[in-house]
Amino acid sequence: MKAETLQAICDRVVASGGPGEEIEAVAMWSRDTEVRAYEAAVESFTSAESAGVGVRVVRDGRVGFAWAGTFEESAVREALADARDNARFSSPDPLAGVAAPDHVEPVALTLHDPRLEEFATSDKVRLAIELEAAVRGADRRIVGVESVDYSDQLALSAVASTAGIRASSTETTCALSAYVLASDGTETTTGFGFSVGRHPGELDVRTTAADAAKRAVRMLGARPARSERLTVVLDPWVTAQFLGLVASVFSADAVLKGRSLFAGRIGESVASPLVTLIDDPTDPQMWGATATDGEGLATRPVTMIDAGVASGFLYDSYTARALGAASTGSAVRYGFTSTPAPGPQAVRLQPGAASAEEIWAQVGDGVVIQEVSGLHSGVNPVSGDFSTGAEGIRLRGGEPAEAVREVTIASTLQRMLADVVAVGADVERFPMDASGVSLAIADVSLSGGGE
Amino acid sequence: MTDLIDPDTLQRVLSAALGTGADWAEVFAEDRRSTGAVLDDGKVEEMTSGRDRGAGIRVVVGDSTGFAHTADLSERGLLETARIAADAARGANGEGRVVALDRREVPSQRISIVPDEVDKARKVELLLAADRVARGHDGAISQVMARYSDGRRRIQIANSDGLLTSDDQVRTTFSVSCVATGDTGMQTGRESVGHTIGFELFDRYDVEELARAAAGRAVTKLRARPAPSGQMTVVIGSGGGGVMFHEACGHGLEADLVDKGASVFAGRIGEQVASPLVTLVDDGTMGGEWGCFAVDDEGHAAQRNVLIENGILVDYMWDGLRARKEGRRSSGNGRRQSYQHLPMVRMTNTYLLGGTSRPDDIVADTDSGVYIAHLGGGQVNTATGDFVFGMTEAYLIEGGRITEPLREGNLIGNGPAVLRNIDAVGDDFAMGPPGTCGKDGQGVPVGDGVPTLRVHGLTIGGTAA
Repeated sequence: MKAETLQAICDRVVASGGPGEEIEAVAMWSRDTEVRAYEAAVESFTSAESAGVGVRVVRDGRVGFAWAGTFEESAVREALADARDNARFSSPDPLAGVAAPDHVEPVALTLHDPRLEEFATSDKVRLAIELEAAVRGADRRIVGVESVDYSDQLALSAVASTAGIRASSTETTCALSAYVLASDGTETTTGFGFSVGRHPGELDVRTTAADAAKRAVRMLGARPARSERLTVVLDPWVTAQFLGLVASVFSADAVLKGRSLFAGRIGESVASPLVTLIDDPTDPQMWGATATDGEGLATRPVTMIDAGVASGFLYDSYTARALGAASTGSAVRYGFTSTPAPGPQAVRLQPGAASAEEIWAQVGDGVVIQEVSGLHSGVNPVSGDFSTGAEGIRLRGGEPAEAVREVTIASTLQRMLADVVAVGADVERFPMDASGVSLAIADVSLSGGGE
Repeated sequence: MTDLIDPDTLQRVLSAALGTGADWAEVFAEDRRSTGAVLDDGKVEEMTSGRDRGAGIRVVVGDSTGFAHTADLSERGLLETARIAADAARGANGEGRVVALDRREVPSQRISIVPDEVDKARKVELLLAADRVARGHDGAISQVMARYSDGRRRIQIANSDGLLTSDDQVRTTFSVSCVATGDTGMQTGRESVGHTIGFELFDRYDVEELARAAAGRAVTKLRARPAPSGQMTVVIGSGGGGVMFHEACGHGLEADLVDKGASVFAGRIGEQVASPLVTLVDDGTMGGEWGCFAVDDEGHAAQRNVLIENGILVDYMWDGLRARKEGRRSSGNGRRQSYQHLPMVRMTNTYLLGGTSRPDDIVADTDSGVYIAHLGGGQVNTATGDFVFGMTEAYLIEGGRITEPLREGNLIGNGPAVLRNIDAVGDDFAMGPPGTCGKDGQGVPVGDGVPTLRVHGLTIGGTAA
């Protein structure tokens, strides 16, 4: 499959547009491989191609959308017909429409590495089995694995519209992941490790295994702590998840619809001066890197918080029109089955100068949070209420002390941003829309049933 | 219903998948259609529809599974996919064999009104009514979002044991989310309903009532105080959701996790793992509920499975793969998100049977604690047993009375400990709102339910002392 083929499918859909009708078509195709290793053999091997189109039609200010999970011509025609029919039922909105070209040139990004396609199937299997062996051998207290996977993807996408948008992309990604079990004979703990890249040569079996083992083993003997307010140091993995939530509040869609804590606060202080929060899909090192967004406009770096001051929102073309701004190339689609909406793609904090250990020393008395749970059930980005399950390592005198589990940490997003006391230099990348660093936040409520 | 793939083709594809001696092969075909509409900011922003069809082919050799899928349901496309799946499960070495299929149908859930045959304008009217009523409910309501969606999923499963079966699943759901704005900032309230039925959902539920409930929940929370922190006694109200059990032990009773030693409940069959008041059931046959079906995604008929009876662990939940390994039958818990996914052990409708206490007495008998009227989602680490779940509508209990509303947050506990610490179960069982359960990147619809119950030993994740 070639990106030109996808572009041609989009072009054909768009060419059938009639007078007074705007049409936008996206086409996506991917080839995925996943190898799961267990007890030195292949537990499962998945090899598959998926394809689909999404068609958006705007007529008289009414929007209709339809999708089909195939490139079959009759199904694509049916999707267009359905999108037209669907448009009859939505509310008229004079601002509705597809994105118009804004003549911002996309940056040249190389997200495709041909070495992935040349990598033999047998080598993929070997990597997964090697990783399982490395994990099991990393520490005598590793007693099992929940899952050890090698996965890769070649993904192509294209978009075109009657407004003259045409864009396509080809990218490769691959990852190793390990979820492991450690035991001291009385209780079991878990840990994970990742390695991601554009081609398998960038994957690191040893570090993935060591990370997974370390995270599991250091939780052995963990106990609930007693409730108190203290400084937490989010490890890079937890920070990345936290940043994704914060960035979602900078979506112009949330601003437009009165759901953003930061609406009307541009130019005001919303965070500690240590916080500079950026969404930058033009950075090829980021997992979410892309030269064009879900509407085919060039992506660009957007600074959401500049040294503590709210400085910008993430716009797609619709919210830009509605709020009198320009699109920031932040239209996100979750595959061909969804319409675009503004959101974060590649969020990061401007890193500080300190290592994790230096931050621990600075904090002195606190807790390093290595995992959180229930982000979807305990964090409300509209009210800002933040409460998650947590596990980690207590810091005493700046040194790692006992492990802590079955506790929660709670505050509000507003207070957490204001209470940032240190930003680490230890950038880590994950297969998600944000990267992370160690992040110290003061005055967080730790809640637990410990003595 | 008409076959997605004709049985003769299926036989040839299965024979090809078995190739030179694989142990087992399966074709799972799926045709899925969905319609949805979203109202936000006073406008029906868009109406959408989608269609997806394809087949996933599994080939098992020893302990190794090869899997491939295709959107091309022609015999050529299926044979090519079977070859890829067979290649992926390398190691087979023996004689090929011919598969004979034996049709075994289980009646699908009955649908009165097929959503596809309902005018789209009627679906839009429901959204507009919810918006109007929610906004009119209280001046503090500043934003309303409402969603309607329906989906029809036809599946067909054939395997090398000779099984040939199918199901036709229709699900309809509606939700309203409101934002209330006051001096204390913004708060949200949500209400949702969903069943494995057609458009008759709206004979059972009045969207205007749902809108009022969602709006009321948001407005109430404007005067909510920060939730307490630390361990407290918790009373969970009937109908607010059984997600606590889904997380506290449901996932831990899935045989795939048990098999890998990743569950605190491994090796504990026959033991007292919960208070004698606890009888927990997972029931895929529960008529019309969100997590029900006629056959699971491996073709096994849905079952009602008692997992814990009077506190004693009776059985785990099983899919075909893990059941074959143990030489037993699947419990009808093999599910997958779509034809593009491998099935695994999943819950259906998981619920705690009702007890004998009067709900009012349970509250009156609680000197101080937290009353949770509505639960949010949750998450569990099955290996440690630590789990969380959210409270989206909760109140303080003071002197045996429900008093001040509390802000949102998570609660955390350890499954085996929490199950032992249930000391009252009410006689007012009710199912909760529809849920989507995520596991290993796949989402499937699940239901849950509880009567009013009281539990000790949960830690509330608030900010107040």
